[in-house]
Amino acid sequence: MTTVDNGVNVQALLDARGALKDAPDAAQFTWRATSTWRNGVHSTTRIQNFFGLGQEQSHKTETVFDADHPAVFAAEDNGITPIEYLLVGLASCLTAGVASVAQNRGIQLRSVESTVEGQHDIRGILGVDSDVRNGFNDVKVTFTIDADASQQEIEALVAQSQKRSAVFDALTNPTNVTVAVA
Amino acid sequence: MLERGEVANSWRRERWESLRLLTPNWQSRLPGLHYDGPDRDGYMSMREVITFIERFATVSRAPVRTATEVLSLCRVDGGYQLATSGGPIRCRAVVIATGACNVPVVPSVREAVPDSVTQLTPFDYRWPDLLPDGGVLVVGASATGVQLADELRRSGRPVVLSVGEHVRLPRTYRGRDVLWWMDACGVWDQRHDEVDDLDRARRLPSPQLIGTPERRTLDLDALSASGVELVGRLAGLRDGRALFSGGLRNVVALADLKLDRLLDTFDEWAGTTGVDGAPERFPPTRLADSARLQLDLTRGEIRTIVWATGYRPDYSWLDVPVLDGKGRLRHHGGVVDSPGLYALGLPLLRRRRSTFIHGIEDDARAVVDHLAGHLAARL
Repeated sequence: MTTVDNGVNVQALLDARGALKDAPDAAQFTWRATSTWRNGVHSTTRIQNFFGLGQEQSHKTETVFDADHPAVFAAEDNGITPIEYLLVGLASCLTAGVASVAQNRGIQLRSVESTVEGQHDIRGILGVDSDVRNGFNDVKVTFTIDADASQQEIEALVAQSQKRSAVFDALTNPTNVTVAVA
Repeated sequence: MLERGEVANSWRRERWESLRLLTPNWQSRLPGLHYDGPDRDGYMSMREVITFIERFATVSRAPVRTATEVLSLCRVDGGYQLATSGGPIRCRAVVIATGACNVPVVPSVREAVPDSVTQLTPFDYRWPDLLPDGGVLVVGASATGVQLADELRRSGRPVVLSVGEHVRLPRTYRGRDVLWWMDACGVWDQRHDEVDDLDRARRLPSPQLIGTPERRTLDLDALSASGVELVGRLAGLRDGRALFSGGLRNVVALADLKLDRLLDTFDEWAGTTGVDGAPERFPPTRLADSARLQLDLTRGEIRTIVWATGYRPDYSWLDVPVLDGKGRLRHHGGVVDSPGLYALGLPLLRRRRSTFIHGIEDDARAVVDHLAGHLAARL
Protein backbone atom coordinates (compact mmCIF):
# COMPACT_ATOMS: atom_id res chain seq x y z
CA MET A 1 0.00 0.00 0.00
CA THR A 2 1.31 3.42 -0.98
CA THR A 3 1.00 6.44 1.26
CA VAL A 4 -1.36 9.13 0.08
CA ASP A 5 0.27 12.54 0.08
CA ASN A 6 -1.60 15.63 -1.08
CA GLY A 7 0.65 17.81 1.06
CA VAL A 8 -2.04 18.45 3.66
CA ASN A 9 -1.15 17.86 7.29
CA VAL A 10 -4.50 16.34 8.18
CA GLN A 11 -3.24 15.07 11.52
CA ALA A 12 -2.52 18.64 12.64
CA LEU A 13 -6.05 19.66 11.60
CA LEU A 14 -7.60 16.74 13.44
CA ASP A 15 -5.51 17.53 16.51
CA ALA A 16 -6.65 21.15 16.34
CA ARG A 17 -10.26 20.01 16.08
CA GLY A 18 -9.83 17.91 19.19
CA ALA A 19 -8.04 20.67 21.12
CA LEU A 20 -10.52 23.41 20.19
CA LYS A 21 -13.55 21.31 21.09
CA ASP A 22 -13.11 22.27 24.72
CA ALA A 23 -11.48 25.66 24.08
CA PRO A 24 -13.93 27.70 21.99
CA ASP A 25 -12.17 30.97 22.92
CA ALA A 26 -8.97 29.90 21.19
CA ALA A 27 -11.01 29.20 18.06
CA GLN A 28 -11.97 32.86 17.65
CA PHE A 29 -10.02 34.38 14.77
CA THR A 30 -10.05 37.90 13.34
CA TRP A 31 -8.87 38.32 9.76
CA ARG A 32 -7.77 41.80 8.74
CA ALA A 33 -7.03 43.81 5.64
CA THR A 34 -6.06 47.45 5.29
CA SER A 35 -6.87 49.33 2.15
CA THR A 36 -5.66 52.60 0.63
CA TRP A 37 -7.18 54.57 -2.19
CA ARG A 38 -4.72 55.25 -5.02
CA ASN A 39 -6.50 57.14 -7.75
CA GLY A 40 -9.70 56.73 -9.67
CA VAL A 41 -11.20 53.36 -8.71
CA HIS A 42 -7.77 51.88 -8.03
CA SER A 43 -6.97 50.83 -4.46
CA THR A 44 -4.29 48.75 -2.77
CA THR A 45 -5.13 46.33 0.00
CA ARG A 46 -2.49 44.82 2.26
CA ILE A 47 -2.78 41.73 4.40
CA GLN A 48 -0.29 40.41 6.91
CA ASN A 49 -1.53 40.20 10.50
CA PHE A 50 -4.44 38.38 12.01
CA PHE A 51 -5.57 37.23 15.45
CA GLY A 52 -6.15 33.63 16.47
CA LEU A 53 -5.41 30.95 19.08
CA GLY A 54 -5.56 33.69 21.69
CA GLN A 55 -2.82 35.93 20.28
CA GLU A 56 -1.62 38.07 17.41
CA GLN A 57 -0.38 36.08 14.44
CA SER A 58 1.38 37.00 11.26
CA HIS A 59 1.73 35.64 7.74
CA LYS A 60 5.34 34.98 6.63
CA THR A 61 5.17 38.06 4.41
CA GLU A 62 2.79 40.85 3.60
CA THR A 63 0.67 40.39 0.46
CA VAL A 64 -0.51 43.36 -1.55
CA PHE A 65 -3.60 43.25 -3.75
CA ASP A 66 -4.42 45.81 -6.39
CA ALA A 67 -8.04 46.29 -7.28
CA ASP A 68 -9.28 48.41 -10.14
CA HIS A 69 -11.72 48.10 -13.01
CA PRO A 70 -11.06 47.24 -16.67
CA ALA A 71 -11.02 49.60 -19.60
CA VAL A 72 -14.65 48.86 -20.46
CA PHE A 73 -15.49 50.57 -17.16
CA ALA A 74 -13.37 53.54 -18.27
CA ALA A 75 -10.75 52.67 -15.66
CA GLU A 76 -7.01 51.98 -15.81
CA ASP A 77 -7.11 48.28 -15.03
CA ASN A 78 -4.35 48.26 -12.43
CA GLY A 79 -5.80 45.09 -10.97
CA ILE A 80 -8.83 42.81 -10.96
CA THR A 81 -12.26 44.11 -9.98
CA PRO A 82 -13.29 43.68 -6.33
CA ILE A 83 -16.03 41.20 -7.17
CA GLU A 84 -13.47 39.01 -8.95
CA TYR A 85 -11.68 38.68 -5.60
CA LEU A 86 -14.77 36.78 -4.44
CA LEU A 87 -14.10 34.25 -7.21
CA VAL A 88 -10.48 33.96 -6.03
CA GLY A 89 -11.71 33.34 -2.49
CA LEU A 90 -14.32 30.78 -3.49
CA ALA A 91 -12.09 28.80 -5.85
CA SER A 92 -9.14 28.69 -3.48
CA CYS A 93 -11.29 27.78 -0.48
CA LEU A 94 -13.07 24.92 -2.27
CA THR A 95 -9.76 23.67 -3.71
CA ALA A 96 -8.17 23.65 -0.26
CA GLY A 97 -11.20 21.73 0.96
CA VAL A 98 -10.92 19.14 -1.81
CA ALA A 99 -7.25 18.54 -0.96
CA SER A 100 -7.90 18.27 2.77
CA VAL A 101 -10.90 15.97 2.46
CA ALA A 102 -9.03 13.81 -0.06
CA GLN A 103 -6.07 13.49 2.31
CA ASN A 104 -8.39 12.60 5.18
CA ARG A 105 -10.16 9.98 3.05
CA GLY A 106 -6.92 8.50 1.72
CA ILE A 107 -7.46 9.65 -1.87
CA GLN A 108 -4.36 10.58 -3.91
CA LEU A 109 -4.96 13.63 -6.09
CA ARG A 110 -3.06 14.09 -9.36
CA SER A 111 -4.68 17.32 -10.54
CA VAL A 112 -7.48 19.60 -9.42
CA GLU A 113 -8.62 22.30 -11.80
CA SER A 114 -11.64 24.51 -11.46
CA THR A 115 -13.30 27.34 -13.26
CA VAL A 116 -15.56 29.78 -11.48
CA GLU A 117 -18.09 31.93 -13.25
CA GLY A 118 -20.14 34.66 -11.59
CA GLN A 119 -23.17 35.98 -13.47
CA HIS A 120 -23.45 39.69 -12.83
CA ASP A 121 -26.03 42.16 -14.11
CA ILE A 122 -24.23 45.49 -13.80
CA ARG A 123 -27.47 47.48 -14.12
CA GLY A 124 -27.64 47.05 -10.34
CA ILE A 125 -24.39 48.86 -9.48
CA LEU A 126 -25.04 51.50 -12.15
CA GLY A 127 -28.46 52.25 -10.68
CA VAL A 128 -30.21 51.56 -14.00
CA ASP A 129 -32.89 49.35 -12.47
CA SER A 130 -33.58 49.16 -8.73
CA ASP A 131 -34.97 45.62 -9.08
CA VAL A 132 -31.54 44.32 -10.14
CA ARG A 133 -29.26 43.38 -7.26
CA ASN A 134 -25.69 44.68 -7.01
CA GLY A 135 -24.03 41.33 -6.46
CA PHE A 136 -23.88 38.07 -8.37
CA ASN A 137 -27.12 36.52 -9.60
CA ASP A 138 -25.54 33.13 -9.82
CA VAL A 139 -22.14 31.56 -9.31
CA LYS A 140 -21.05 28.35 -10.98
CA VAL A 141 -17.94 26.36 -10.10
CA THR A 142 -16.84 23.45 -12.28
CA PHE A 143 -14.16 21.07 -11.03
CA THR A 144 -12.05 18.74 -13.15
CA ILE A 145 -10.27 16.30 -10.86
CA ASP A 146 -7.85 13.51 -11.63
CA ALA A 147 -7.46 11.22 -8.63
CA ASP A 148 -7.25 7.60 -7.55
CA ALA A 149 -10.97 7.49 -6.86
CA SER A 150 -14.33 6.70 -8.45
CA GLN A 151 -16.52 9.41 -9.95
CA GLN A 152 -18.82 9.04 -6.94
CA GLU A 153 -15.93 9.51 -4.49
CA ILE A 154 -14.78 12.60 -6.38
CA GLU A 155 -18.28 14.07 -6.27
CA ALA A 156 -18.36 13.38 -2.54
CA LEU A 157 -15.03 15.24 -2.12
CA VAL A 158 -16.43 18.29 -3.85
CA ALA A 159 -19.70 18.14 -1.88
CA GLN A 160 -17.87 17.79 1.44
CA SER A 161 -15.52 20.65 0.59
CA GLN A 162 -18.57 22.93 0.13
CA LYS A 163 -19.99 21.73 3.42
CA ARG A 164 -16.85 22.85 5.26
CA SER A 165 -15.99 25.95 3.22
CA ALA A 166 -15.79 29.36 4.90
CA VAL A 167 -16.15 31.26 1.63
CA PHE A 168 -18.99 29.08 0.32
CA ASP A 169 -20.84 29.81 3.56
CA ALA A 170 -20.04 33.52 3.43
CA LEU A 171 -21.38 33.75 -0.14
CA THR A 172 -24.49 31.60 0.29
CA ASN A 173 -25.66 32.87 3.69
CA PRO A 174 -26.35 36.39 4.92
CA THR A 175 -23.71 38.01 7.14
CA ASN A 176 -24.06 41.15 9.24
CA VAL A 177 -21.73 43.81 7.86
CA THR A 178 -21.09 47.10 9.66
CA VAL A 179 -19.28 49.89 7.84
CA ALA A 180 -18.31 52.81 10.08
CA VAL A 181 -16.39 56.03 9.68
CA ALA A 182 -13.55 56.42 12.17
CA MET B 1 -41.77 3.25 37.02
CA LEU B 2 -42.81 6.86 37.16
CA GLU B 3 -45.01 8.25 34.36
CA ARG B 4 -45.95 11.93 34.40
CA GLY B 5 -49.28 11.23 32.64
CA GLU B 6 -50.75 7.97 31.38
CA VAL B 7 -49.00 4.99 29.83
CA ALA B 8 -47.80 6.02 26.34
CA ASN B 9 -48.24 9.66 27.31
CA SER B 10 -46.12 11.34 24.65
CA TRP B 11 -47.74 9.19 21.93
CA ARG B 12 -51.13 10.41 23.17
CA ARG B 13 -50.41 14.10 23.57
CA GLU B 14 -47.36 15.12 21.57
CA ARG B 15 -48.11 13.75 18.10
CA TRP B 16 -50.21 14.99 15.17
CA GLU B 17 -53.33 13.07 14.16
CA SER B 18 -52.20 11.41 10.94
CA LEU B 19 -48.77 10.29 12.17
CA ARG B 20 -47.84 6.65 11.74
CA LEU B 21 -44.62 4.97 12.84
CA LEU B 22 -41.79 4.99 10.30
CA THR B 23 -40.89 1.39 11.19
CA PRO B 24 -42.98 -1.46 9.74
CA ASN B 25 -45.19 -3.40 12.17
CA TRP B 26 -42.96 -6.47 12.27
CA GLN B 27 -40.20 -4.27 13.70
CA SER B 28 -42.45 -3.12 16.54
CA ARG B 29 -41.32 -5.60 19.14
CA LEU B 30 -40.75 -5.26 22.82
CA PRO B 31 -39.43 -7.96 25.15
CA GLY B 32 -42.11 -10.67 25.13
CA LEU B 33 -44.50 -8.76 22.88
CA HIS B 34 -44.37 -8.99 19.09
CA TYR B 35 -46.78 -7.56 16.54
CA ASP B 36 -49.33 -10.30 15.85
CA GLY B 37 -51.80 -8.47 13.62
CA PRO B 38 -52.61 -9.11 9.95
CA ASP B 39 -50.47 -6.37 8.36
CA ARG B 40 -46.83 -7.11 9.09
CA ASP B 41 -45.60 -4.55 6.53
CA GLY B 42 -47.92 -1.74 7.62
CA TYR B 43 -47.15 1.17 9.92
CA MET B 44 -48.93 1.71 13.24
CA SER B 45 -51.20 4.70 13.70
CA MET B 46 -50.86 6.55 17.00
CA ARG B 47 -53.99 4.77 18.29
CA GLU B 48 -52.31 1.43 17.52
CA VAL B 49 -49.02 2.50 19.13
CA ILE B 50 -50.86 3.48 22.30
CA THR B 51 -52.70 0.14 22.39
CA PHE B 52 -49.42 -1.71 21.77
CA ILE B 53 -47.65 0.04 24.65
CA GLU B 54 -50.67 -0.40 26.93
CA ARG B 55 -50.58 -4.12 26.14
CA PHE B 56 -46.88 -4.20 26.97
CA ALA B 57 -47.52 -2.50 30.31
CA THR B 58 -50.05 -5.23 31.08
CA VAL B 59 -48.03 -8.17 29.71
CA SER B 60 -44.83 -7.11 31.47
CA ARG B 61 -46.76 -6.23 34.63
CA ALA B 62 -44.67 -3.09 34.85
CA PRO B 63 -45.22 -1.32 38.19
CA VAL B 64 -46.23 1.97 36.60
CA ARG B 65 -47.17 4.88 38.82
CA THR B 66 -49.11 7.15 36.48
CA ALA B 67 -49.73 10.86 36.99
CA THR B 68 -46.44 11.11 38.85
CA GLU B 69 -44.20 13.85 37.53
CA VAL B 70 -40.57 13.99 38.55
CA LEU B 71 -39.84 17.54 39.69
CA SER B 72 -36.20 17.06 40.60
CA LEU B 73 -33.54 14.42 40.97
CA CYS B 74 -30.41 14.93 43.05
CA ARG B 75 -27.59 12.84 44.38
CA VAL B 76 -27.58 12.00 48.10
CA ASP B 77 -25.50 9.72 50.24
CA GLY B 78 -26.04 6.16 49.00
CA GLY B 79 -28.17 7.02 45.99
CA TYR B 80 -30.67 9.56 44.70
CA GLN B 81 -33.46 11.69 46.02
CA LEU B 82 -36.45 12.52 43.84
CA ALA B 83 -39.11 15.10 44.36
CA THR B 84 -42.28 14.05 42.54
CA SER B 85 -45.84 15.29 42.31
CA GLY B 86 -46.67 12.19 44.37
CA GLY B 87 -44.16 12.97 47.12
CA PRO B 88 -40.46 12.31 47.68
CA ILE B 89 -38.75 9.07 46.72
CA ARG B 90 -35.31 7.82 47.73
CA CYS B 91 -33.58 5.15 45.71
CA ARG B 92 -30.19 3.63 45.05
CA ALA B 93 -30.30 3.69 41.26
CA VAL B 94 -32.23 5.57 38.60
CA VAL B 95 -32.84 4.85 34.93
CA ILE B 96 -33.67 7.97 32.93
CA ALA B 97 -36.03 6.92 30.15
CA THR B 98 -37.58 10.26 29.33
CA GLY B 99 -36.60 10.20 25.67
CA ALA B 100 -34.87 12.54 23.25
CA CYS B 101 -37.84 14.52 21.98
CA ASN B 102 -39.35 16.32 24.98
CA VAL B 103 -39.19 19.85 23.61
CA PRO B 104 -39.34 21.14 20.03
CA VAL B 105 -36.23 23.13 19.14
CA VAL B 106 -37.00 26.47 17.53
CA PRO B 107 -34.24 28.76 16.25
CA SER B 108 -33.97 32.21 17.83
CA VAL B 109 -34.94 33.92 14.55
CA ARG B 110 -38.53 33.10 15.55
CA GLU B 111 -38.48 36.38 17.50
CA ALA B 112 -38.03 38.37 14.29
CA VAL B 113 -41.10 36.84 12.60
CA PRO B 114 -43.85 39.45 12.02
CA ASP B 115 -46.86 39.15 14.37
CA SER B 116 -49.18 38.62 11.39
CA VAL B 117 -47.63 35.17 10.86
CA THR B 118 -48.81 32.29 13.08
CA GLN B 119 -45.96 30.12 14.39
CA LEU B 120 -46.39 26.45 15.30
CA THR B 121 -44.16 23.64 16.50
CA PRO B 122 -44.97 20.00 15.74
CA PHE B 123 -46.29 19.74 19.33
CA ASP B 124 -48.90 22.43 18.56
CA TYR B 125 -49.86 20.94 15.21
CA ARG B 126 -52.74 18.43 15.02
CA TRP B 127 -54.24 18.65 11.52
CA PRO B 128 -54.27 21.17 8.64
CA ASP B 129 -57.66 22.78 9.41
CA LEU B 130 -56.28 24.28 12.60
CA LEU B 131 -54.02 26.57 10.54
CA PRO B 132 -55.16 29.88 9.06
CA ASP B 133 -55.97 29.71 5.35
CA GLY B 134 -53.09 30.62 3.08
CA GLY B 135 -49.47 29.74 2.56
CA VAL B 136 -47.24 27.84 4.96
CA LEU B 137 -43.47 27.93 5.38
CA VAL B 138 -42.27 24.64 6.83
CA VAL B 139 -38.73 24.96 8.19
CA GLY B 140 -36.87 21.65 8.27
CA ALA B 141 -36.94 18.67 5.91
CA SER B 142 -36.40 15.67 8.15
CA ALA B 143 -39.19 13.17 8.86
CA THR B 144 -41.44 15.68 10.62
CA GLY B 145 -40.93 18.51 8.13
CA VAL B 146 -41.51 16.45 4.99
CA GLN B 147 -44.61 14.81 6.47
CA LEU B 148 -46.18 18.09 7.56
CA ALA B 149 -45.25 19.80 4.26
CA ASP B 150 -46.92 16.93 2.41
CA GLU B 151 -50.09 16.99 4.51
CA LEU B 152 -50.41 20.78 4.34
CA ARG B 153 -49.89 20.77 0.57
CA ARG B 154 -52.59 18.10 0.20
CA SER B 155 -54.94 20.35 2.18
CA GLY B 156 -54.69 22.78 -0.74
CA ARG B 157 -52.29 25.28 0.82
CA PRO B 158 -49.25 26.71 -0.96
CA VAL B 159 -46.25 25.29 0.88
CA VAL B 160 -42.62 26.43 0.88
CA LEU B 161 -40.19 23.96 2.47
CA SER B 162 -36.85 25.20 3.80
CA VAL B 163 -34.29 22.41 3.38
CA GLY B 164 -31.01 22.05 5.25
CA GLU B 165 -28.93 18.89 5.60
CA HIS B 166 -31.20 15.88 5.38
CA VAL B 167 -31.30 12.11 4.91
CA ARG B 168 -32.97 10.89 1.71
CA LEU B 169 -34.41 7.38 1.72
CA PRO B 170 -36.81 5.55 -0.60
CA ARG B 171 -39.64 3.82 1.27
CA THR B 172 -38.90 0.52 -0.46
CA TYR B 173 -35.78 -0.83 -2.14
CA ARG B 174 -35.67 -3.93 -4.38
CA GLY B 175 -39.25 -4.66 -3.27
CA ARG B 176 -38.61 -4.53 0.46
CA ASP B 177 -39.00 -1.86 3.10
CA VAL B 178 -35.82 0.22 3.30
CA LEU B 179 -35.79 -0.40 7.07
CA TRP B 180 -35.82 -4.15 6.39
CA TRP B 181 -32.46 -3.56 4.67
CA MET B 182 -31.12 -1.48 7.55
CA ASP B 183 -32.05 -4.28 9.92
CA ALA B 184 -30.95 -7.23 7.79
CA CYS B 185 -27.61 -5.98 6.48
CA GLY B 186 -26.32 -5.06 9.92
CA VAL B 187 -26.24 -1.25 9.70
CA TRP B 188 -28.31 -1.03 12.89
CA ASP B 189 -25.99 -3.43 14.74
CA GLN B 190 -23.11 -0.97 14.65
CA ARG B 191 -22.09 -0.26 18.25
CA HIS B 192 -21.63 3.17 19.81
CA ASP B 193 -17.92 2.49 20.27
CA GLU B 194 -17.51 1.51 16.59
CA VAL B 195 -18.97 4.71 15.16
CA ASP B 196 -16.40 7.21 13.78
CA ASP B 197 -18.02 10.37 15.04
CA LEU B 198 -20.50 9.32 17.71
CA ASP B 199 -21.54 12.84 18.53
CA ARG B 200 -22.49 13.47 14.94
CA ALA B 201 -24.15 10.09 14.48
CA ARG B 202 -26.35 10.74 17.51
CA ARG B 203 -27.44 14.04 15.99
CA LEU B 204 -28.22 12.53 12.57
CA PRO B 205 -31.48 14.01 11.25
CA SER B 206 -34.38 11.56 10.99
CA PRO B 207 -34.78 10.21 7.46
CA GLN B 208 -37.29 11.54 4.93
CA LEU B 209 -39.81 8.74 5.44
CA ILE B 210 -43.55 8.42 5.97
CA GLY B 211 -45.56 5.36 6.98
CA THR B 212 -48.52 5.02 4.62
CA PRO B 213 -50.59 2.00 3.55
CA GLU B 214 -49.35 2.37 -0.05
CA ARG B 215 -45.73 2.53 1.16
CA ARG B 216 -44.97 5.66 -0.82
CA THR B 217 -41.63 7.47 -0.90
CA LEU B 218 -41.67 11.01 0.48
CA ASP B 219 -38.40 12.54 -0.68
CA LEU B 220 -37.87 16.05 -2.08
CA ASP B 221 -38.78 14.90 -5.61
CA ALA B 222 -42.14 13.62 -4.34
CA LEU B 223 -42.77 16.90 -2.57
CA SER B 224 -41.80 18.97 -5.63
CA ALA B 225 -44.13 16.86 -7.77
CA SER B 226 -47.03 17.66 -5.43
CA GLY B 227 -46.28 21.38 -5.74
CA VAL B 228 -44.19 22.07 -2.65
CA GLU B 229 -41.61 24.81 -3.36
CA LEU B 230 -38.12 23.99 -2.10
CA VAL B 231 -35.81 26.68 -0.73
CA GLY B 232 -32.46 26.54 1.09
CA ARG B 233 -31.85 26.42 4.81
CA LEU B 234 -33.38 29.36 6.70
CA ALA B 235 -30.31 31.50 7.27
CA GLY B 236 -31.85 34.55 8.88
CA LEU B 237 -34.68 37.06 9.03
CA ARG B 238 -34.17 40.70 8.13
CA ASP B 239 -36.82 43.44 7.85
CA GLY B 240 -39.61 40.87 7.80
CA ARG B 241 -37.92 38.85 5.09
CA ALA B 242 -36.88 35.25 5.50
CA LEU B 243 -33.44 34.73 3.96
CA PHE B 244 -32.54 31.29 2.66
CA SER B 245 -29.12 29.81 2.02
CA GLY B 246 -27.91 29.60 -1.56
CA GLY B 247 -26.37 26.21 -0.74
CA LEU B 248 -29.49 24.09 -1.42
CA ARG B 249 -27.85 22.32 -4.35
CA ASN B 250 -25.03 21.08 -2.13
CA VAL B 251 -27.18 19.69 0.70
CA VAL B 252 -29.18 17.86 -1.95
CA ALA B 253 -25.99 16.52 -3.56
CA LEU B 254 -24.72 15.34 -0.17
CA ALA B 255 -27.99 13.48 0.50
CA ASP B 256 -28.02 11.89 -2.97
CA LEU B 257 -24.41 10.72 -2.59
CA LYS B 258 -25.08 9.36 0.91
CA LEU B 259 -28.12 7.46 -0.35
CA ASP B 260 -26.06 5.87 -3.14
CA ARG B 261 -23.40 4.78 -0.62
CA LEU B 262 -26.09 3.22 1.59
CA LEU B 263 -27.57 1.37 -1.41
CA ASP B 264 -24.05 0.16 -2.29
CA THR B 265 -23.88 -1.31 1.23
CA PHE B 266 -27.23 -3.04 0.75
CA ASP B 267 -26.24 -4.43 -2.67
CA GLU B 268 -22.90 -5.67 -1.42
CA TRP B 269 -24.60 -7.49 1.45
CA ALA B 270 -27.31 -8.83 -0.91
CA GLY B 271 -24.57 -10.17 -3.19
CA THR B 272 -22.94 -12.15 -0.40
CA THR B 273 -26.19 -13.53 1.02
CA GLY B 274 -28.07 -14.22 -2.22
CA VAL B 275 -31.05 -11.93 -1.68
CA ASP B 276 -33.07 -11.83 -4.90
CA GLY B 277 -33.65 -8.74 -7.00
CA ALA B 278 -31.36 -6.36 -8.85
CA PRO B 279 -29.70 -3.13 -7.71
CA GLU B 280 -31.69 0.04 -8.32
CA ARG B 281 -30.44 3.62 -8.39
CA PHE B 282 -32.65 6.66 -8.07
CA PRO B 283 -32.15 9.73 -10.24
CA PRO B 284 -30.51 12.73 -8.58
CA THR B 285 -32.96 15.00 -6.78
CA ARG B 286 -34.40 17.56 -9.21
CA LEU B 287 -34.21 21.22 -8.29
CA ALA B 288 -35.45 24.36 -9.99
CA ASP B 289 -32.68 26.29 -11.77
CA SER B 290 -32.59 28.79 -8.96
CA ALA B 291 -34.42 28.57 -5.67
CA ARG B 292 -35.83 31.68 -4.04
CA LEU B 293 -33.37 33.31 -1.62
CA GLN B 294 -35.90 35.60 0.09
CA LEU B 295 -39.51 35.46 1.16
CA ASP B 296 -41.32 38.58 2.36
CA LEU B 297 -43.29 37.51 5.41
CA THR B 298 -45.18 40.81 5.63
CA ARG B 299 -47.06 40.43 2.35
CA GLY B 300 -49.57 37.78 3.39
CA GLU B 301 -48.24 35.06 1.08
CA ILE B 302 -47.15 33.07 4.14
CA ARG B 303 -49.68 32.96 6.98
CA THR B 304 -48.06 30.23 9.08
CA ILE B 305 -44.56 29.00 9.87
CA VAL B 306 -44.18 25.43 11.10
CA TRP B 307 -40.86 24.92 12.90
CA ALA B 308 -39.88 21.33 12.12
CA THR B 309 -36.38 22.08 13.35
CA GLY B 310 -35.88 19.16 15.68
CA TYR B 311 -36.43 18.22 19.28
CA ARG B 312 -34.31 18.03 22.38
CA PRO B 313 -34.56 16.27 25.72
CA ASP B 314 -35.66 18.24 28.78
CA TYR B 315 -33.33 17.72 31.74
CA SER B 316 -34.44 20.81 33.66
CA TRP B 317 -35.45 18.53 36.57
CA LEU B 318 -32.05 16.82 36.72
CA ASP B 319 -29.87 18.30 39.49
CA VAL B 320 -26.92 15.97 38.88
CA PRO B 321 -23.95 17.43 36.94
CA VAL B 322 -24.02 14.95 34.06
CA LEU B 323 -24.77 17.23 31.11
CA ASP B 324 -22.18 18.39 28.61
CA GLY B 325 -21.75 22.00 27.46
CA LYS B 326 -24.58 21.54 24.97
CA GLY B 327 -27.02 20.18 27.54
CA ARG B 328 -26.70 16.56 26.41
CA LEU B 329 -26.48 13.68 28.86
CA ARG B 330 -22.91 12.33 29.24
CA HIS B 331 -23.11 8.56 29.14
CA HIS B 332 -21.28 5.52 27.79
CA GLY B 333 -23.76 3.12 26.29
CA GLY B 334 -26.43 4.15 28.81
CA VAL B 335 -24.11 4.23 31.85
CA VAL B 336 -24.21 7.84 33.03
CA ASP B 337 -21.21 9.58 34.63
CA SER B 338 -22.70 9.27 38.12
CA PRO B 339 -22.74 5.93 39.97
CA GLY B 340 -26.17 4.32 39.87
CA LEU B 341 -27.51 6.62 37.17
CA TYR B 342 -28.50 5.12 33.80
CA ALA B 343 -30.19 6.13 30.55
CA LEU B 344 -32.35 4.21 28.08
CA GLY B 345 -34.22 5.15 24.95
CA LEU B 346 -31.84 7.66 23.38
CA PRO B 347 -30.59 7.76 19.76
CA LEU B 348 -27.66 5.38 19.24
CA LEU B 349 -27.47 4.75 22.98
CA ARG B 350 -25.57 1.47 22.47
CA ARG B 351 -26.20 0.64 18.81
CA ARG B 352 -27.80 2.35 15.83
CA ARG B 353 -30.79 0.11 16.63
CA SER B 354 -31.25 1.95 19.97
CA THR B 355 -33.04 4.77 18.15
CA PHE B 356 -35.98 2.44 17.43
CA ILE B 357 -38.64 0.74 19.56
CA HIS B 358 -37.14 -2.71 19.02
CA GLY B 359 -33.69 -1.47 20.06
CA ILE B 360 -34.73 -1.39 23.70
CA GLU B 361 -34.50 -5.12 24.41
CA ASP B 362 -30.72 -5.49 24.09
CA ASP B 363 -30.07 -2.04 25.52
CA ALA B 364 -32.22 -2.67 28.59
CA ARG B 365 -30.52 -6.01 29.20
CA ALA B 366 -27.03 -4.47 29.07
CA VAL B 367 -27.93 -1.47 31.19
CA VAL B 368 -29.81 -3.55 33.77
CA ASP B 369 -26.83 -5.94 34.00
CA HIS B 370 -24.62 -3.01 34.86
CA LEU B 371 -27.20 -1.66 37.29
CA ALA B 372 -27.53 -5.02 39.04
CA GLY B 373 -23.74 -5.17 39.36
CA HIS B 374 -23.74 -1.70 40.88
CA LEU B 375 -26.36 -2.67 43.46
CA ALA B 376 -24.63 -5.95 44.30
CA ALA B 377 -21.25 -4.26 44.76
CA ARG B 378 -22.68 -1.92 47.31
CA LEU B 379 -24.46 -4.47 49.50
